[in-house]
Amino acid sequence: MIYLEHYLFLAAIIFTIGVLGIFLNKKNVIIILMSIELILLSVNINLISFSVFLNDISGQIFAMLTLTVAAAEAAIGLAILVVFYRNLGSIEVNKINKLKG
Amino acid sequence: MYLYSITFYIFSLVAVLSALMVISARNPVHSVLFLILSFVNASGLFVLLGAEFLAMILVVVYVGAVAVLFLFVVMMLDINFVKLREGFLQYLPFGALLGIVLIIELGILFLTKSFSENSLSQFVQSPQINEVENTKLIGQVLYTDYFYLFQISGLILLVAMVGSITLTLRDRGQVKRQNISSQNFIDEKNAIEKKKIKLGEGI
Repeated sequence: MIYLEHYLFLAAIIFTIGVLGIFLNKKNVIIILMSIELILLSVNINLISFSVFLNDISGQIFAMLTLTVAAAEAAIGLAILVVFYRNLGSIEVNKINKLKG
Repeated sequence: MYLYSITFYIFSLVAVLSALMVISARNPVHSVLFLILSFVNASGLFVLLGAEFLAMILVVVYVGAVAVLFLFVVMMLDINFVKLREGFLQYLPFGALLGIVLIIELGILFLTKSFSENSLSQFVQSPQINEVENTKLIGQVLYTDYFYLFQISGLILLVAMVGSITLTLRDRGQVKRQNISSQNFIDEKNAIEKKKIKLGEGI
């Protein structure tokens, strides 16, 4: 039998993996962006499982909005990354403090 | 019922393992491909939950657009990825400790008995008779109750599109372009004159 907890625990595991990915790959911005996508995926799993559990369609609408925001965030993040690489020739996070101003 | 459980465990196991590979793969191209695998398995889980529309949207938007964008950027930039992995093993013990603490805290929250009265698979496997399908249900709510949110999400996508185009658009000064209005308003004195030249004489 699969209960709601199974889905919630799966989402918790994926969320933890995403946080860990940000923590471990401190230098690589691409992996950090992918970890953010994983975190948003776990949020989506939570929203949809609660939506099915409570028999309310609103959760799926919110999951759709999360998906939209995640796509926009990925596009802007990668655009910033490309411009940053063009100017500095590297994507190390340590050097991103040069972005100011 | 057993089939439901087995399918759930297969999908979630592959999703978790590929998520682990995303953050630990040496080659970022491999991590993008594992991200795709993770999203496909998550969409399988959404089908299990009965949210078919969201599952298909996840495949189309993430695998079709976002992951390909990641792949494009990873392959376009010429980066020394070995150098970027410095410090991975250095932070691994502390990071693993942090992850274990986080997962235990989240797990304790879900081990309370308040949720577990009804099985989720019962909701999916015994639908009501007059139930409309998932896509229709979303459409009925999305264009009425959540119409402003829908419009705002469209605006967010527009802003993201404009932002990424303006960020990456590069105007190189030395490139010569065709300027049609200056071609049309050209003066006769500055223009090139055509002359007939006799053979062997020159001008």
